[in-house]
Amino acid sequence: MRRWLSRQAHLIDFTLGALLRRKGRNLMMLAVYTLIIFMLASVTFLGSALRFEAKAALNYAPEVTVQNLIMGRHALSPPDWVKKLSRIRGARNIHGRLWGYFYDQAVGANYTLMVPPPRARDLAVNLGEVIIGHAIADLRKVRQGGYLFLLSPSGKLFKLKVIRILPEDSALLSADLVLISETDYRAFFNLTPEDGYTDIALTVRNSNEIPTVVNKITRILPTARVITREDILRTYENVFSWREGIVLAMLATALVAFAIFAFDKASGLSAEERREIGILKAVGWETSDVIAMKLWEGGLISAFAFIFGAAAAYAHVFLFDASLLAPVLKGWAVLYPDFSLTPVVDRLQLITLAFITIIPFTIATLVPVWKAAITDPDIVMR
Amino acid sequence: MRRVTVAMLMLGFGLAALGLESMHARFSEARHDAARAETARLVRDLGLTDLALFTEARYVRHISQADLFTPFQDAPVSFEHFPSGTLVAPPAHLGRHAGALSARPIERNSP
Repeated sequence: MRRWLSRQAHLIDFTLGALLRRKGRNLMMLAVYTLIIFMLASVTFLGSALRFEAKAALNYAPEVTVQNLIMGRHALSPPDWVKKLSRIRGARNIHGRLWGYFYDQAVGANYTLMVPPPRARDLAVNLGEVIIGHAIADLRKVRQGGYLFLLSPSGKLFKLKVIRILPEDSALLSADLVLISETDYRAFFNLTPEDGYTDIALTVRNSNEIPTVVNKITRILPTARVITREDILRTYENVFSWREGIVLAMLATALVAFAIFAFDKASGLSAEERREIGILKAVGWETSDVIAMKLWEGGLISAFAFIFGAAAAYAHVFLFDASLLAPVLKGWAVLYPDFSLTPVVDRLQLITLAFITIIPFTIATLVPVWKAAITDPDIVMR
Repeated sequence: MRRVTVAMLMLGFGLAALGLESMHARFSEARHDAARAETARLVRDLGLTDLALFTEARYVRHISQADLFTPFQDAPVSFEHFPSGTLVAPPAHLGRHAGALSARPIERNSP
C-alpha cells in the first residue's frame, strides 16, 4: 500500500511538472473550467434555494382561489359569487379579496395594493392608515409613524399614515406590499362595493375533497378559473428549473464552451505531448503508467475546478446574496426584495453537475493518450 | 516542498472551505427557521399567493394568478417584454413540452 501510494505521489509530481511546463495554457483552461462550474452551480443553488423558500411559504397560500375571466382576461368577481360559493358543501372561510397593482410615478416602481382579510387581526388597518413592505419603506424613505403619499390613478392624492413596516425577513413575499383599508382601497381605484372583488379565496374542510369542490365551482360559475394551492406550488417548482429560459441559455453556452475544450483535448495531442509520451515509453514507462499519469492530470484539473467552483458558488449565493445573478432577477424592476436565502443544496443536482463536467473531461483527456501510448515509441517520436 | 504536497494542500484547502460552508448552512438554519415562520404567518394571514421576486410586470409579480394569455401579453406570438419572463416556464396548456406554470386550462371555454 505504502509502495503504491509513493508511486502515485511520484506520478502526481511528474504530472504537475508536465502541466507547469505549459503553465499559461493549463491555467487558462483551469480558470475557464472553474468559471463554468461556478456559473452552473450558482444557478443550481439559487434555483434550489428559491424553490425551497417558495414551497415553505406558499404551503400556507389559500387552498382555492376563484377568478373571474372575461374574454380571457382576469376580471373582477361579482359580489354574489361569494354567496354562490358558500352554498358548496365543504367550502369554508369564503372571502372576497381585494388586491391590485399600482405604478408609483414618483419612483417608477410597481406596488401591490391589498386589503388585509378580516382574520388578519395583527395586520388590521383603519381608514387613512397603511402597512408597507420593507422595500417600499427603503425606496420612499418612510419610517413607521411617517406618511406615505400616493397619487391615485384618478389623480387624487392620498395621505396615509405608516403604522407598521413589514419585517425584512419576509421581504421575499412582502417587499412591494401596501396594505390599506377597504374604504381607502375602493376610493383609490374608484371601485364601488357592487363592482365586487379581485378574486375569491376559500378553504376546503377536507383536503381530499379539493378536486370535488373545484368541479362544483366550475359547474356553478362557468366563467371562473380555479387555482388551487397545488397549482401555485407547481408554478414555483418550475421557477429556475433546468429547462427554463435563461438557465437553459446559460447551461447551453457553458456546455458548448466546455465541449469545445473537451474536443480540443480529444482531437489530438500536441506534437510536444506526443514526443513526451514517446520518450516516457522509450525510457521504460509502461502504457498503464502513461495512462495513470494522464488520469491524474484530468482528475486533478477536474477536482480543482469542481471544488473551487462549487465553493465559490455557495459563497456567491448564500454569503453574498447572489449579487451577480441579482440583475437578471431584478430585470427592469425598481423594487427588489432584499432577502437572504436559506442555504439549501440539492445534492442530486450537484452530483449531476459533477458527472456532466468531470467525466467527459477526464475521458477526453484519456482517449488520445491511450492511442499514443499503445503506438510504438519510435513512430510516436518521429 | 514537493509539488504533490502543495497540490494536496490546495485541494485540502478547497475541501475545508466546502466543509466550512456546510457548517455555515447548518448553523444558519435556526435564524432562517425563525424568518420562515414569520413569512409563513404573513402568507397565511394575508392569503398571499406569490413571491415578490419580480415586480417589473403584473404577470410576473403574481405568476400563479396571471391569466392564460400571459406569455403572449397583448398579441399572440408577440415577444416576451420583460427579462424575468424568461425565468419561468410557459403555462402547461401551451403544449406538452411546456412546464406547468399556470393553473389548469379551462377547456370548455376553448372554441
